Amino acid sequence: MPARSTELPLQEIGRSRPRGRTRALLAGHGRYLDDLDLPRQVHGAFLRSPVPAARIDRLDVTAARTAPGVVAVFTWDDLRAVCRPWRTVSAAFPGLQSPEQTPLAAGRVTAVGEPIALVVAASRALAEDAIELIDFAWTEQPAVGVASEALAPGAPLVHPELGSNLAWQFDAAAGDVDAAFAAAALVVEERFVFGRHTGVPLETRGILAAFDRSEARLTVWASHQMPHQLQLHLADLLDLPMSRVEVTAMDVGGGFGIKMHVYPDEIAICAAARLLARPVKFVADRLESLTSDVHAREHVIDAKLAVDGDGRLLAIDAKGLQGIGSHSVFPRSSTVETLMAMRTLGAPYALAAARAHADVVFQNKAMTGQYRSVGHPIACAVTEALVERAAALRGEDSLALRRRNYLEPGDDGCRTALGLELFDFSHAACLERLEAMLDVAGLRAQIAAARQRGEIQGLGFAAFVEMTASGSEIYGKAGVPVSAADTVQVAIEPDGSIKASASLSEIGQGITEGLIQVLADAVGVAPERIALEMGRTASGPHGGGAWASRGAAIGGEAAWQAGRALRGQVLEAAGALLQMPADTLDLVAGWVVDASGERRIEVAELARMVHFRGHEFPAGTAPQFQVAHHHRRAGDPTIPTNGIQAAWVSICRDTGLVRCLKHWVVHDCGRMLNPLLVTEQVRGGVVQGLGAALFEHCRYDAQANFLDGSLADYLVPMATEMPDIEVGHVETAYRGSVLGAKGAGEAGTCAASAAVLNAVNDALRAAGGTSIATLPLTPPLVLAALEGGSSG
Amino acid sequence: MKPAPFAYTAPTELEGALALLREHGDEAAVLAGGQSLMPLLALRMTAPKVLVDINRIEPLRAVGHGGDGLRFGALVRHAEALRAVRDQVGPAHLLAQALPHVAHQAIRHRGTVCGSLALADPAAELPACAVCLEAEIELQGASGRRFVPADAFFEGVYATARSVDELVVGVRFPATAPGTRFGFVEVARRHGDYAILGLASWARVVDGEVADCRLVYFGADERPSVATRTARTLRGGRLDDPATRARAKECALDELTIAPDATYGEGYKRRLAGALLERVVAQWGVAG
Ligand SMILES: Cc1cc2nc3c(=O)[nH]c(=O)nc-3n(C[C@H](O)[C@H](O)[C@H](O)COP(=O)(O)OP(=O)(O)OC[C@H]3O[C@@H](n4cnc5c(N)ncnc54)[C@H](O)[C@@H]3O)c2cc1C
Repeated sequence: MPARSTELPLQEIGRSRPRGRTRALLAGHGRYLDDLDLPRQVHGAFLRSPVPAARIDRLDVTAARTAPGVVAVFTWDDLRAVCRPWRTVSAAFPGLQSPEQTPLAAGRVTAVGEPIALVVAASRALAEDAIELIDFAWTEQPAVGVASEALAPGAPLVHPELGSNLAWQFDAAAGDVDAAFAAAALVVEERFVFGRHTGVPLETRGILAAFDRSEARLTVWASHQMPHQLQLHLADLLDLPMSRVEVTAMDVGGGFGIKMHVYPDEIAICAAARLLARPVKFVADRLESLTSDVHAREHVIDAKLAVDGDGRLLAIDAKGLQGIGSHSVFPRSSTVETLMAMRTLGAPYALAAARAHADVVFQNKAMTGQYRSVGHPIACAVTEALVERAAALRGEDSLALRRRNYLEPGDDGCRTALGLELFDFSHAACLERLEAMLDVAGLRAQIAAARQRGEIQGLGFAAFVEMTASGSEIYGKAGVPVSAADTVQVAIEPDGSIKASASLSEIGQGITEGLIQVLADAVGVAPERIALEMGRTASGPHGGGAWASRGAAIGGEAAWQAGRALRGQVLEAAGALLQMPADTLDLVAGWVVDASGERRIEVAELARMVHFRGHEFPAGTAPQFQVAHHHRRAGDPTIPTNGIQAAWVSICRDTGLVRCLKHWVVHDCGRMLNPLLVTEQVRGGVVQGLGAALFEHCRYDAQANFLDGSLADYLVPMATEMPDIEVGHVETAYRGSVLGAKGAGEAGTCAASAAVLNAVNDALRAAGGTSIATLPLTPPLVLAALEGGSSG
Repeated sequence: MKPAPFAYTAPTELEGALALLREHGDEAAVLAGGQSLMPLLALRMTAPKVLVDINRIEPLRAVGHGGDGLRFGALVRHAEALRAVRDQVGPAHLLAQALPHVAHQAIRHRGTVCGSLALADPAAELPACAVCLEAEIELQGASGRRFVPADAFFEGVYATARSVDELVVGVRFPATAPGTRFGFVEVARRHGDYAILGLASWARVVDGEVADCRLVYFGADERPSVATRTARTLRGGRLDDPATRARAKECALDELTIAPDATYGEGYKRRLAGALLERVVAQWGVAG
């Protein structure tokens, strides 16, 4: 059993400190991918499919090859000499159907935006000029756009060689669901429809690849969440040893799950660099970003909830359908979204029975993939909308209904009906904190008064469970080479400052600061004395990067252990020198102190001795002053977190526009390394959830043509439309680690859209309208519901 | 997202710009604030051979204000126009109400009033205001200068009465009669977006009765829509008379032509049309 976290000597951990790089980034001193230019660099641009499905009849690049400034033009036939295709295979998804994928189209295209040919030229503009000279002829083929039509008899096949558009099916059941529904006093049911949206990082995807023939070494800079994973796949696909592939992520302007996949265009750039032995750069423009970054969600879910006469929730039953686009994203598979959307159904509540089935289908649309809070917001919206509806029909406060039904794992932990392992939870405490923050009775009175004045206002809640910090049981066990472990290396420089590197990634979430705080306390030096480097495979240890809200829970633990070990080395060395037992010494603010607290020797002095005057140590003492600690959590496959959100909205009676008046979150992510950064992560997550609720939508027409190729059409939430977001915390430490930290990065997104949906439906209910179960909540949809009809 | 190649010219004299337009005709594009043209170029939705940057033609910066109204030269930015209207006419003026809805601050510091008119986006605020206030667009070409009433200037989606060799050199907004009240509303998902539907209006109200008024919708049809019949219905009616307002609303729903829109159905837009009318009439009631 690790030491209980409350006993730790904490100075820095738990303190709010701004990110170290904030000032530099705000001043424009950031170094993003596009800020880097190399000698002899050339630029890539892609001919992309203008249609959702077609057979390529002719692809003649002769004229483009001789266009001004053009260095080369590549098709798949050219790249295949140095690059192999890939296929997503995962034992976590038995029966997964998955077509082969190539960096450039191999004879046909399956989605708008799919790369077909790559032009490399002296500038991006010249490359784009040459694209217009490519002689490209195609025969358009019938496309599958609407997911619910993908499995219809006679539907066109996205990949004829698979024989069906069905990629995978999810099935899980526990308890006697039919009996529960038969015995229920109340059954609420609904068809939920969730649109597609995407991550829209401020900095789009980008890659710069250089190949050095003298060493057969590929050096890549990428705006990426996990350079180590990219290194592994580049080595594999381009047939190089990993030791000859180097990937560096510099400042990354947002990831959200978008920058953690293998994208055909990025692989094509690396293959081109290898063929040309020249640095090739590609930065996606916004149109490319919107059409070819992974999209997210797109579900239709029929769900029902059984409630007994005492207001106890009995069972949930759901049938889902997810449209994943043209391919199941490599290497993790797009099906993780459905897995989580189904598994986390009903997760906050004690249910005796549950059943979930889902079909995952291919369509001629952009690939979908993991996006902040993978699948969870879907389950949360479904569950919480049904819970609020049940409460309304029972005529009771939905918070009372929740409190009565919360699944509290207690000291021993427990499982949800659909099989999630829960422990170290605090639903009741979070609810209590929320009630204190928003004075529910007072707020309801204020809303009632507004309604008296003729305004349409509503208050909605959403409790949530978010699974974080996945362990090797999730991907590793499924045969997918994704690291769920992290390594932190620390060494003491001759001046006593600490040089650290970690396998994690900084993508704007601020984990660098958190890890420095951990190292400072673990070693016993000021944070200012520590420099931490991440994102470089050449100098950093292999490990996980940024996904699944894992930085604090896994990386933090690695940093703690590495720091403690380094501190032990310092104390050992000092003990040998001072002729005192090491365990009577301590390291405080860069000094070794004795049991009385008196300063005996400075770390810097010891470091100078280690590096320059080792002979002064007693014989047999050889202090290392460097440690690498690899942390893999044993036991729990994921660390569950919990919380609750509330949204207060008003609806404009004659336009259907929804305005968010205020939003609240109470979240339990265990020990917070840095409350300021946790709070801002939650806020940013909420904004993305509000985007999903009200604005963001990747729309396709029925023929699968993409409609939202610019930020004039794809509506991201803007500051003017965002409410004040108040964040409260409950800290229930994770008992499986020393620090007790859990994941914090995705909780905001998890329940924000559900809370808004519930608030809008609360408002509609009071105004005599019908309810809505479709996201995003567009003004026509809301207006139609207000008027009790269908949208016009 | 890089423009196709073009030649760049930046004449410092009006005559130079006009000569370039005459020489290159529809292969030339005028560059004013660039807030609409640059994205169109970058997306290769337009690929002119010659760009005629007019930003160095000093006389086009002029803001004029006198008894006969306001005049904005072709280089007057949205932000400058807003300041001029607020300072010299007053914050209640239609343009002072409408301009803050045009995009965002940064864009308003570059984009020009005349550029917005020349572009003729059917969902834009300023063309509707120009039609509502019966502005005159000043066009200058090789054959001289002509003044086109706004209502005749806008012909369709991105289509105007300007011929390819003409430059919009300015726009004149006539002075309005003392006591004129203005109403302006638009519905947009986010502040600064082009409107889903908007309505620009003025009214002269005498003892609570509408003596005269003009209503121009934008975002409905392919050009600003003058709701003539609706205005007529309101004329002579009392502002506080629900029956007059209901009749006018009815009339607006019937009168308006709604062009197909991929996002917002016709039914929704008609519904908005009535709501916007209610709101501008309410604004007339408080104003003045
Ligand atoms: C994010 C964003 C949001 C926006 N939102 C809105 C909005 O809500 N409402 C709105 O109305 N506009 C909006 N705009 C557009 C903005 O108002 C533009 O400034 C305006 O439409 C065009 O003015 P400009 O000076 O930038 O013209 P430019 O972009 O330079 O030119 C636009 C077009 O007009 C032609 N042109 C320009 N000046 C002349 C002239 N003097 N004579 C002849 N032809 C000329 C050009 O050749 C070109 O075809 C938005 C723009 C952006 C980038």
